[in-house]
Parts: sequence; C-alpha cells; structure tokens
Amino acid sequence: MRLLGLLAFLSGALCAQTEVDFTRQVEPLLRAKCYGCHGPAQQMSGLRLDEKAAALKGGYSGAVILPGKSAESKLILRVTGAAGVMAMPPGTKGLPEAEAELLKKWVDGGAKWPDSAAGAAPVASKRVSHWAFRAIERPAPPAVKDSRWVRNPIDAFVLARLEREGVKPAPEADRLTLLRRAHLDLTGLPPTPAEINEFLNDTDPDAYEHVVDRLLTSPHFGERWARPWLDRARYADSDGYEKDWARPYAWRYRQWVIDALNHDMPFDKFSVEQLAGDLLPKASVEDRVATGFLRMTLTNREGGVDNNQFKFENTVDRTSTLGAAWLGLTIGCAQCHDHKYDPIKQKDFYQLFAFFDKVEEVDIDAPMPGELGPYLAKKDEYRAKREALLKEYRVGEQQAAWEKEMLDTAAHPGVRTDWDLAWDCLLKLTEGGDGEKILRIAPEKRTQRQKDILTDHFIRNYHFAVGPKVYAETKFKELDERLRKLKDEYPQLTQAMTVDEAAGAARSYLRVRGDYRTLGIEVQPQVPEVLPGMAAKAGERPTRLDLAKWVVSRGNPLTSRVTVNWVWAELFGRGIVKSLDDFGVRADKPTHPELLDYLAAKFMDDGWSMKKLIRGMVLSSAYRQSSKARPELEERDPDNELIARQTRLRLPAELIRDSALMASGLISLDVGGKSVRPPQPDGVMELGYGNRWGNSWPESKGADKYRRGLYIHFQRSTPYPMLVNFDAPKANVALCQRDRSNTALQALNLLNDPVFHEAARGLAYEAMNASADWDARLEEAYLRTLGRKPADTEKRKFETFFAKQKQLLAKEGNHSDDAAWTELSSVLLNLDEFITRE
Amino acid sequence: MRPEELFAVHNRRMFLRDCASGIGMMALGNLLAGEGRTAEIDDPLAPKKPQFPAKAKNVIFLFMEGAPSQMELFDPKPELSKWNGKALPADLTKDLKLAFIKPTAKVLGPQFPFRKYGQCGMELSELLPHTGSVADDICLVRSMYSEAFNHHPGQLFLFTGSMVGGRPTMGAWVNYGLGSEARNLPGFVVLASGVGTSAGSDNWSSGFLPSTYAGTVLRSKGDPILYLSNPEGVSDASQRLRLDMLKELNQEHLERTGDAEIASRIHSYELAYRMQTSGPELLDFSKEPQETLDMYGVKNEKTKAFGTNCLLARRLVERGVRFVMLLHASWDHHSAIVKGLKQQTGATDQPSAALIKDLKRRGLLDETLVVWGGEFGRTPMSEMRRPDDPDSIGRDHHPNGYAMWMAGGGIKGGQVIGQTDELALSVAEDKVHVHDLQATILHCLGMEHTKLTYRHLGRDFRLTDLGGQVVKKMLV
Repeated sequence: MRLLGLLAFLSGALCAQTEVDFTRQVEPLLRAKCYGCHGPAQQMSGLRLDEKAAALKGGYSGAVILPGKSAESKLILRVTGAAGVMAMPPGTKGLPEAEAELLKKWVDGGAKWPDSAAGAAPVASKRVSHWAFRAIERPAPPAVKDSRWVRNPIDAFVLARLEREGVKPAPEADRLTLLRRAHLDLTGLPPTPAEINEFLNDTDPDAYEHVVDRLLTSPHFGERWARPWLDRARYADSDGYEKDWARPYAWRYRQWVIDALNHDMPFDKFSVEQLAGDLLPKASVEDRVATGFLRMTLTNREGGVDNNQFKFENTVDRTSTLGAAWLGLTIGCAQCHDHKYDPIKQKDFYQLFAFFDKVEEVDIDAPMPGELGPYLAKKDEYRAKREALLKEYRVGEQQAAWEKEMLDTAAHPGVRTDWDLAWDCLLKLTEGGDGEKILRIAPEKRTQRQKDILTDHFIRNYHFAVGPKVYAETKFKELDERLRKLKDEYPQLTQAMTVDEAAGAARSYLRVRGDYRTLGIEVQPQVPEVLPGMAAKAGERPTRLDLAKWVVSRGNPLTSRVTVNWVWAELFGRGIVKSLDDFGVRADKPTHPELLDYLAAKFMDDGWSMKKLIRGMVLSSAYRQSSKARPELEERDPDNELIARQTRLRLPAELIRDSALMASGLISLDVGGKSVRPPQPDGVMELGYGNRWGNSWPESKGADKYRRGLYIHFQRSTPYPMLVNFDAPKANVALCQRDRSNTALQALNLLNDPVFHEAARGLAYEAMNASADWDARLEEAYLRTLGRKPADTEKRKFETFFAKQKQLLAKEGNHSDDAAWTELSSVLLNLDEFITRE
Repeated sequence: MRPEELFAVHNRRMFLRDCASGIGMMALGNLLAGEGRTAEIDDPLAPKKPQFPAKAKNVIFLFMEGAPSQMELFDPKPELSKWNGKALPADLTKDLKLAFIKPTAKVLGPQFPFRKYGQCGMELSELLPHTGSVADDICLVRSMYSEAFNHHPGQLFLFTGSMVGGRPTMGAWVNYGLGSEARNLPGFVVLASGVGTSAGSDNWSSGFLPSTYAGTVLRSKGDPILYLSNPEGVSDASQRLRLDMLKELNQEHLERTGDAEIASRIHSYELAYRMQTSGPELLDFSKEPQETLDMYGVKNEKTKAFGTNCLLARRLVERGVRFVMLLHASWDHHSAIVKGLKQQTGATDQPSAALIKDLKRRGLLDETLVVWGGEFGRTPMSEMRRPDDPDSIGRDHHPNGYAMWMAGGGIKGGQVIGQTDELALSVAEDKVHVHDLQATILHCLGMEHTKLTYRHLGRDFRLTDLGGQVVKKMLV
C-alpha cells in the first residue's frame, strides 16, 4: 500500500502539469482503497465506484463526484478528512496527501472517465443462500428406530436427532404435571381441584387429548396467547414520554387480539388486518380496530418538541416492529447506515419505511355490542345539552376570535410570546386528534368530531393565550367540569385508535445517518432486495395492503418460520432458532432446521390456524417430556438444544398474579374490556412527570381489583411495580423474548405485597372451607397452588410449621387457626414450584 | 456429573454465597472452573473486576432535572448584561433550534452576581456559597453540550446515550460491568426529591439488559423499598419461619428437579430477608452525630428532602452500593426564574456540598465519583409566558453550552474546564459532549466505554452509542 502511495505521489508529481490519467492513476487508487466497500461485492451507503455510471450517480445522499468542483465533491471531502464528515477510508484520517491530491486534481480536471476503463473484476452474483431466506418446503418426517415414541411428525424430527446423538428422550411427565402444564400453557390459569380430580378419574387413554381440546376452546385461551403478541405490539395504556397521558381506549385493540385468537382467526388474516385493515375493501369497524397495532407507538406531548421528529420516529418504529414481529429481521439496524455483513441495507429499510410514510392517526367510534342503541336514543338530547352549555358560556364567539388570533400567531411567530406558547400547546395537547389540522379547516367544513375536539381543547387551554386572570373570568374551568359530567351522564361509544392513509401522493426519502431532517435519495415502497419480491401492479405505488399481503404470502420465507418458532418457544422455553426476533445472517442456526420447515409449511397448509399449530405441539411426546434436569446431559447440552427434556419456565408476570388470584378464589374471570387499576402503593405515580399534570391511579373497585394481569393498566412512565419486577416489557419497542430474571425484589413482592397477602388469606379461607379435616385442608391448598397432592414428607413439615406458627400467634394473643393457615398458604404461593410451569 | 455431585456443587454455591462476600462469588467461579465446568456465576450482580485499575468504585449522580441555568449558577457572562432587553444579531442566532421561544427573543442578563471561591478562585454564583466552599474539590465543566433540547429525550440522552427509549441507563450499565459490592442492598439505588421527572422510570431502566440491573427506588414515604416490610399482622419471627419453610421446600424441589434456577430462587429469598433487616438500619440516622445531620440540613425544612437523600447516598456507598442516583426536580425555569433558582439552590446547595465534605473526611471521596448536573442548559434569551407580569420572566432550553460539575474518584478538583462564548450561545473551548461525559465516568470506574457492550437485536450496543472520548483534562 505504501508503495502504491509512493507511486501515486511520484506520478502525481511528475504529471503536475499534465492531465491525470484515469486508467493509470485513478482507477488503481480506487481499486486499492475503495472497491472493498464500494465495489462489485458491496456498495456501502449505496455507492459503487468501479462503474462509471454508478460512480457518477453517487450514493444514498446523492452525487459524490461533481466534475470540476472538488471542493464540493463529497468524495474529496471524505478522502481529505474535511471537518464535519467521517473521513474515508474508515479508521483513517483520509488518504495520504499525495493520493488525495491526485483525486482532487482528477475531479477538478472534469473527472474524465473513459468508457473503455476496466472496472473491478465482476464477482459471481452473490445470491444470498442464507437458510432463513430459502423457500419453505415441507420435509417428510424422518424414519426413527423407536417409532412408539412418535405421536405426531414433530416427534419424528425430535427423535431422529436424539437417536443420531445416542440420547434417549426424557420420560413423560407425570399426569398432574402434564395437566398443570397444559392449563398454564393454553389458558394461563392453573387447573381447579375439580378439574384435577376429574382428570385423575378419567381412565380414557385420550384423557389428556380431551383436556387439550377443552382448553383450546376456553375463552381464556385468547387471553393467554394475546400476551406474547401484545409484547410484540408494544401494547400500553398510556402515551409514553414526559406527559404520558392515559389512553383510555387502547384496550379496544387488545380486545380485538383476544377475540381474534379465541376465534382462531387465521394468522394471515390476523396479520393483514393489523397492518392494513383500513385499506381492505369495505373495511369494517373491526378491520380498522385491528390497525391499533400501528397506534401502539409512543406519543410525545412535551412542549417544544418537533412533531415531525416524532412522526418520523414512529414510522421508524413501525418499520422496525414489522421486522421484529413478522420477519425476524433486525432491520432497525439499517436506519442510520449500511452494515457491512448485513444483507438488509439502509435503502431496504427506507423502502419498507415508505409503506408507512402516509400513515395518519385517527380515532373512530368502535362501539361494543349493546352500545349503539342506547347511544342513538339519547344522542340528540346530549348534543342539545352540550350546545346549550357552550352557548351559556359564550364559547362560540370567543373561540372564533381565538382561532383568528391563533392563525395570526402561527403566521408571525416570535411576536407575542404568550400566544406562541398557546400555539405550541395546540400542536401537543389536543386530545383525540390533530389540533393544527382541524384549526386550518374552515369551521363549516369540520366534522362534528373535529368540532368537539377543537372546542374541548379551546376550553381547556385558552389560559395559555390570555393568562390566568382573563381565563378565570371566562369560567371555562367550571364549564369543562360540567361538560365532562354531562358526557358521563349520557351513553357514549367506545373509541378505537386506528390509522388511515393520508390523501395525496407521497414521496419518501432515505434519511442520511438516520436523521429525520437530512433527506437522501428518493425511495419507492418495496420489500428488501434479498427476499422474494412482491406482486404489485406495474406503475402503481405499492400500498401498505400490498405489503401486508406479501408478509403472509407463500413466497415470503420468513413470516411462517418466525411465527411457529415463537409459538414453539412459548411451549418449550427455547426457540428452534434461539433468537426469536433475529433470523438474519448472524443469528444462530436452527437446532432442528427440518422441524422448523415442517412446522412452517404445515402452518400455512393448515390455513394459518394458531390453534392447530399449538395443538400439534402440545400433543407431541416431545412436549410431554419431564422437565427434570438430566445431569448426564448437562455438560453436553446445557441449553437443551436437543429437546431431550421439557424445560421448567418461571411464569411471566401476569400469570403469576393470575395463578395466585385463582388459587385464592379471588379472581374475576371476566374476559375483555377496559384496563383496571388494582391497588398499588402510594408514591409510584409520583415518580413520573405526568403526576404534575394529574395522571393518577384511581383504584378499581369490586371484582375489577381481581382481574387478570393482562388487564392491568400499563402506564409507561410508571408501570405497575409487580409487572416490572417480573420482567413484563417496558412497551417502548417490540419485545419478542421476555427475560426470566430471579431477584430479591421478586421475593419481597410475593412475600409482602398486600395483593399477595390477600391472596394467601383467600387461599386459607378456601382450604378451611373445603373441609374440617387438617389433612384435607392441606390437600386442597396443594391442589389449588401446585396442582398436586402433598407428599408425606411435605405434610409432616407443614404440620410442624403450622404448630410453630400457632405457638407464635398464641404468644401474640391470637388463638384462631386463620392466621396460621394464611401463613401456610403464603408459603405455598411463594414456592418456586408455584411460580414455575414444570 | 451424577446427581449427588450436582447437588454438592449447588450446596457449595450456597455456602459461598452465604459468606455474603464478593470474594466468595469470585472463588465460586474459580471452583467451578476447576471442576471443568464453565464458570457460571448465577448472581449477575456479583462484583466483577474492572477492565483496568479504577480510581472510583462507586458513583453518586446528583441529577438536577429540568436544566439548571448555567448563567445564574456556573458561567459568569458579564457581556450578556449589555444585551439585556435586546434581541441578538440575527446572524448569530439564525441556526438556533429552540423549544418554546424564537431566536429573536430578547436577551435576559444574568440575574445573580458571581464571586471567586476557594484557593483556585473558581467563579460561581452567589447562590452557591456552599458549593463554593468545596470549589477546590470540584471540577467545573462549562463546556457541556447535548443533542437534545427537550426534557424526555434529553434525559434519555444523558442516561442512555440515545434519545429514543428502550436502552439501558448509566446505572444499569455500571452494574452490568462491575456488579455491586453491596450484598444486602440493590446495586443501583434511586432517590427522588421534589416533583416527578420527565423521563420517569426511563431514567433508571435496565432497557434491554436483564432487569436485575435496573435501579431500585428508595422511597421517601411508605416502605423505603417497595414491599420491604412484612405484611400487616406478620411478625418478624413468623416471617423467619415462613422463609425457613420456603427454603426447605425449595431445596427439596431443587433436589427433585435438579434445576439450578431454584438455587438462585433460594438465594433471592435470603437476600430479600437480609434487605428487610438491613433496610431499617440504612434509614436509621440515630447514630449520626448532630453535626452531620446539621451539615446536610436534614432538620431544616428547605433542605430536608434533598439533604436526607444526600446523607442516604453516603450511607449507601458506605454499604457498597455501586450507583446511587439522586433525582431532584425541577429546575425547568421557563417562568419566574429568579424565584425558582433561589428556591432550588436553597434546597440543594448546602446538602450537595455537605456530601462532598462528608465523603472527604471519611476517606470515601477518593473512591466515589460525584456528578452534579442536568440534561442541558438554558438560553441567554428570555422566555415570557405572561407579558403582563415582569416577574414571570424565565429562560428556554439550551443544549449548545451548559455546565456540570464532578468531584471525587479520579477527578482533578479545583479546576474549570472549557468555556462558552461571551453570549453563552455555544461552546468556545474544550467541548464536552454528553457521550464524552459518559465515557469519562466509565473511565473513572476502570472501564473503556467502547468495550462495555451488550449484544441486542444483532448489534453490540454501548452507553456512548457511536461517540465518546474520555476528557483527559478532568482526570487526576
């Protein structure tokens, strides 16, 4: 290299007065220093320097060679290490001076590039042969020696591998373990004593199968399986960021997911509706509700933020989430620049981004059954009363004047600082819609919904413009309270957060360095180049609906593989591909590639039925294995890649709560509906900024205190502590794999949280209520918590424990059995076995 | 390994853990390695050696939420007084991107006089006499700059290195890199005073790191740590019985299943119990001399909240807690800045200085890094939300040049680093980016910031994102 530099220098010096020779001087330099990343094999940042046309066209940020203008040519700025740009080649401060000088002269001399110049030797077309990008074919189940173990083809694939390794599968788990496992995996609830006894008495060889089929039709199936999907959807009940306002109707989307799973909506339809339900022909309200998936992005209402920035961030997030949840690709990595070994390039990222570039957020009426009739019957009366109130407080004329001033302020910023603030608040604090957009529509052209949104904003925020004194005179605060009260008195329709496609042609651009303000080349909506392309009508800009259909098309090798893999991980504790969200070239290879493809192909052949997929897995011998450790395999297969046993899995946060409430008999098993706020310690909300704005935690009353964990209101800035302690996602970005940590805070939570202590009391009550006999009571408590009967040794231990507790309590003057039973129950609710799916 | 051997390992593991010392955990790693097993350390918070010999062991970050005004506190700007009430020349401000005000807003001259403090003669505001009394111990940086000009993104940027949510915070990274010496307390403790902060729990989140590394809030009312006290009506003796029973049954189940995770569970419960006993001791100030309590202002209404937290911070690092984060909100003086600053300095100046003095006399300052500052600074121009009320004047957010200070482990005190231009618009000398600050903090702790990484979504992430250079001038 040094020699070349010297040569270049010499030739540069010798030819000082003459023209630079491209073929002899420039091309060898580019070849030596640039082609590695900007040549035939790689075109980092979209730049290719070995072909004349491509080189002169430039990269993502535009032309890099401006003939005659070296001072403006990015190529020269980079290789001379100019300030403010990253020097090239990477890791250097630029090319040696003589080489840079040569290129500079060449550019200033007009960047002459003879057509005859030889470029780099062409490389064989590097069609990506990565396993995850190959078409899915359904492999035949392999032959195995011990065919008695094979209950369905899954077992053949698992056993073939085990036999190859000379390992026997683990024995089947005992019946009650299996029963509790199936209950927790299919419904997220432990079996009741009655269900346990029924199963024990059922001598039918297909008894387990019958249980599985019963559980698959349970309405709690949808609740259990909604959760991993909601993790991917980054579901939450609040905006996130500073103000973190509650989203009172986020649950409407959650409801949709639960219903869809309970009805076994085919996963392809499930996907299309969430990504583009609004674009379906004759889209129904439910189709639109599904697009709530795209609304689970965060909303930044902080004063002074640039809305364009967060609109961009949300589009990036939607793009990355598509990658994680369906494609198993970490495409978010390509937001800022190309990565040398990643086949998904920055351009690919922005081509996917372009599908979401026209997404507009819109809230709609999405009535639940039974709401519409009462609403319509009272609608006119409600509207008349509302209008009368607005008139009473002279809202009309004051709002008209305010609107005029606001538009004037927007046109002349910096003149009246109080009104500037009022304008910013319109952009950030309008509830349920885009304040600026509505304000700019002529009043007579606004829809009723738009009118209400703007009027409500005006009434609540007029003080920013006129100050507290004038505002007090308007009595708008009082009016606001009366309007809210009126609204509460009349039946209203449930709302849903959905999306729409903005009107008009969109143009989408790559963003240089991922910065929303720096536009690069224009891009068209398109799927990544390494994947089979999509069918689109020639000459038309492909839509989000085209994308959604492509995502679940037979030709897309990823969606089906990714989906069966995460379902597998839910049931086995580890994916066939370990990284559930990364099927890219650097990800771990599948442990059982043929099994993965078999499941993926069958999933599609079965009409994308989630229930059939799950049923097949749960009925397999592989699933039914014992989860006990196999010390003889510990060293050889510490991660259980061979699937030579089941895995003990600590339950996710929500299911720990559900199990405790279920065991205690306190649980409310209502399915669906609004989020609830169970008791939480004082001070939790105060750690968030939103508390200054009145975010609060109005504790749910009655049975709602005991709803399943899935329904707990998730406040992003100050989430419910128990959920945080047990690794529920933070809901900022899609999460495909939860952590299963094991901490002292979890221990404190289960030991001392009043919610769990109440559960212990409930369990004590249930046990004592079941029988007058001590042994029978203990058995009841065991069945309710661990789904099994106590062993003799355990019984003896508890007898001693109970006696000691009684003694202690007696010293405190408490001679009843209740407290001792509560303590005993609490021990059961804290056991590792209780919070684990064996 | 036969089952009984496996359990023997578990038992030894238990024994070593119960030694309640970091050395035990290290030894365990070696022991297992000696047996030909991977040195699997179950406790993710076991102390780890830094990458190179460290100056500081622990960090106390005094986070002044909302962005304190550098012109009234740390960065004297006499020239600015001359512009008071006037707009700055347009060519100086045309590229400014501000949150609420326009670049044409009128300048507000500094509202408080400065004077020289300490032997080093550090110029600080008269609002900060106590900080002035430790001027020779602190390194004042007047040339900080950030990329964010809104609170939530700014706080994320300061603590996670990125403006977008979901990444681990500084305290989580430090615990991930070094573990914690504290065996009875969490390794990352958060204390709050004032009102809630913009970024809420995002400021102490573990992001994509295991949640073990997240900050634990030490609460000022109710249980100091959530669920630390026994449920109502449960005595300590009864609680201990409960725990013994749990341990026995969990141990039996461990033997039945052979799942090492149960051993961790047993350990977690024992740690929880130790936290229950050590928690009250931590909060018990009765053995602190009156002079110490007075120094922190624990009994004075104005300084009580922050002073108590500063004293707790010292007690926490004494007990080996790796990263203590104090949040004090809010310094977001868009309005009524004169009144607001008097109030906030009144609450924080004395306790902040007391912390430095107290650490120093106990020989702890050398191994504790103390950082004081906000997420960005404030504009030289004024903000006027209520033109009819002159006292309502304030300043907007300004990320292009602001001040913070550091003291203790690895930091050279009695010096000022960098300066802003005469009009406080931008940094004129020795620019220190937020990523540089982060790199320097990690350096003091014996970690090279580019080497403290975590693989997530196919990429190695780090606190300093793609930037960061250690600021050598700050170091001893």
